[in-house]
Amino acid sequence: MTDAFWIILTGTLIAAGGGLLGTFLLLRRMAMVGDAIAHAVLPGIVIAFLVAGSRESVVIVPAAAATGVLTTLLIEWLHTRLRVQSDASTGIVFTGLFALGVVLISVFADSVDLDQDCVLYGEIAFVPLDMVTLGGRWEMPRSPLVIGLLLVPIVAIVLRGFKGFQVTSFDPAFASAAGIRSGLWHYALMAMVSVMTVAAFEAVGAVLVVAFLVVPAATAVLLSQRLKYILLLSVIIGFAASAGGYALAVSFDVSVAGSMAVASGILFFLTLLVLSVRRRSKKPLLFNSRIG
Amino acid sequence: MKHMGSFITWLFPSDPIALTVLPGVIILSAVSAMVGCFTLLRKRALAGDAIAHAVLPGICIAFLLTSEKSAIWFMGGAIGTGWLSLWTIELITTHTRLKADTATALVLSTFFGLGIVLLTLIQHSGMGAQSGLDRFLFGRAAAMTGGDVEFIIWVGALITITITLLFNRFSLLSFDPAFAQSIGLPLRALSFVLSLLTVTVVAIGIQAVGVVLMAALLVTPAAAARVWTNRLPVMALVAGAIGALAGWLGTGISIGLRGMPTGPWIVIMASLLAGLSFIAAPRNGLFARWLRSRHFRKKVDRENLLKAFYALHTDPHDFVREGQLEGVRQVPEGSLRPALRRLRRRSLAESDGGGRWRLTEEGRALSTRVVRLHRLWELYLNRRLGLPPDHVHHSADAIEHIITPELEKLLSSDLGHPGSDPHDQPIPGPSSSGLTTPPS
Repeated sequence: MTDAFWIILTGTLIAAGGGLLGTFLLLRRMAMVGDAIAHAVLPGIVIAFLVAGSRESVVIVPAAAATGVLTTLLIEWLHTRLRVQSDASTGIVFTGLFALGVVLISVFADSVDLDQDCVLYGEIAFVPLDMVTLGGRWEMPRSPLVIGLLLVPIVAIVLRGFKGFQVTSFDPAFASAAGIRSGLWHYALMAMVSVMTVAAFEAVGAVLVVAFLVVPAATAVLLSQRLKYILLLSVIIGFAASAGGYALAVSFDVSVAGSMAVASGILFFLTLLVLSVRRRSKKPLLFNSRIG
Repeated sequence: MKHMGSFITWLFPSDPIALTVLPGVIILSAVSAMVGCFTLLRKRALAGDAIAHAVLPGICIAFLLTSEKSAIWFMGGAIGTGWLSLWTIELITTHTRLKADTATALVLSTFFGLGIVLLTLIQHSGMGAQSGLDRFLFGRAAAMTGGDVEFIIWVGALITITITLLFNRFSLLSFDPAFAQSIGLPLRALSFVLSLLTVTVVAIGIQAVGVVLMAALLVTPAAAARVWTNRLPVMALVAGAIGALAGWLGTGISIGLRGMPTGPWIVIMASLLAGLSFIAAPRNGLFARWLRSRHFRKKVDRENLLKAFYALHTDPHDFVREGQLEGVRQVPEGSLRPALRRLRRRSLAESDGGGRWRLTEEGRALSTRVVRLHRLWELYLNRRLGLPPDHVHHSADAIEHIITPELEKLLSSDLGHPGSDPHDQPIPGPSSSGLTTPPS
């Protein structure tokens, strides 16, 4: 029972961070860049591992943030300087970096405590096995603690910089005309996506981080047009997907992270279905939304 | 040296496994790269990524239904869900306000999640031990059997024939779909065939590189080939060659270093070859472009220095001191002497050996021409575009270096072969020596 609580809590925390950041990625049409970052932080993590000889978050998190920003810079550089199509440059950069990460893992298999498969789909079911003791009394799993601690600055930055993210996401041209430094917000977002990814990495793996970044946010965008509601909804949907996914995984004895992704997908397609049926009957929708 | 020796044995292996596997990997990498050219040009590079992830549940379903590891069943399942993923992306982008990137990421991650769910279902049910499906995650070329390779060769041949037969139609579809439609090409059908080819290539390709890195086999060689040429047939061949080479090197290394996943090595090799192409390709490569811009910068510096000589208003046969030249605007500070030496090397200037310089005949002709172009352009801006005389100098400074002799003639006759510019400075006539182009 407590295991279930910790696993769902971990999933929800990842989904909450993913929903907040994913909404802005979606608005910037950068969902696939999020996917790229989720893969490309891998060599950063492995190298930090090798250099520092530890998996302490203090070491790994800054390394991942730096790798994520570097990835975006590399993608932009290929696009602007070498005139590679932007989708192709995304594809080239993330596959190359991810391949490098996997090769590093297999070369230094003895000193790197990371499993190849784990990198892809993680093992959120192991979350309750890795407990830490707080203040000598409280015991809780490490994963939700780390993710929760990282979520605090992320939420703070998103709330504090809400206007900045909003303006630069919706209308970059106006933002730069108004003297807002779009670049700053852009790279702040990229760094936060990387941090979020690395926090979630062990639990859900690279590909499923993308599910948590994109799917709840996309569902929320279908339901509302107001940014505040979209952010709120994406967090709620993320929680529903985590809980539903966990239930699914337990009843079929399958990967928990995978089930959470499938659950979020089911929620998305259900929403799509309900909305298109509703649209045909022309009834007003939740929060004045529309599709199409 | 020892490693170098073993590297060569990896590339030309003698053990039967490697000999069976290599042709398979080389063919499928080459074919993916060729198909990738069209995916790239149609700006669907990342759809390939989505298909590759979406193929996983299809393979698992095929295994769950048949309980056997048959290449044909895997292929069928893979094509099924791969195709479904493309269709879903299309559905989402046409019926909601979500954009293509969101739809792609959404489909990619949920289909992959489903694949992982089914994979763990198979593993936990006890069939996993002999199913070996997890090799599709990162690819394990060594696990391919002779039958697999034979299958790849047949499918590869089929795809190559289809591409060759429909090549012109596919190019039209990629470059100019509107025109293709206007001449009555069946766009939807062609687009369907091309997607089918992509899905098929992905379905066979993941055996070697795995689902995550399959996108690289489609995109990376194609993008690398793009910088070598502007012609599609050449691009497809170059991409195929780069793909094949990456497949060969990557497989050699991964089989040589036992237990290494094949996919990541192939992708690393493809990325290296792409990096090399981006740097070294003629015309579009980074190095070629750097050379071109350096060439232009030098030309600008040279012509500015020539203008400085002209601006000193001295008898062209007199030598001038370096200090005098330094006083003129636009002469590069500090680099005056090397700049002068470069002029001498082109025999545009000569020195008296005591730090004093003058232009040669050629140098004088060229300096006159630059000044003439500068003042012609100033006059043109002033007279034809109505810019005030104090606003025309900077534009002329920039453009005087790139006006061609043809343009010069047109400007001059359009302005009625004028004698002076908006600042009442004389516009020197076309060079008397007949030398109108810089000798470069």
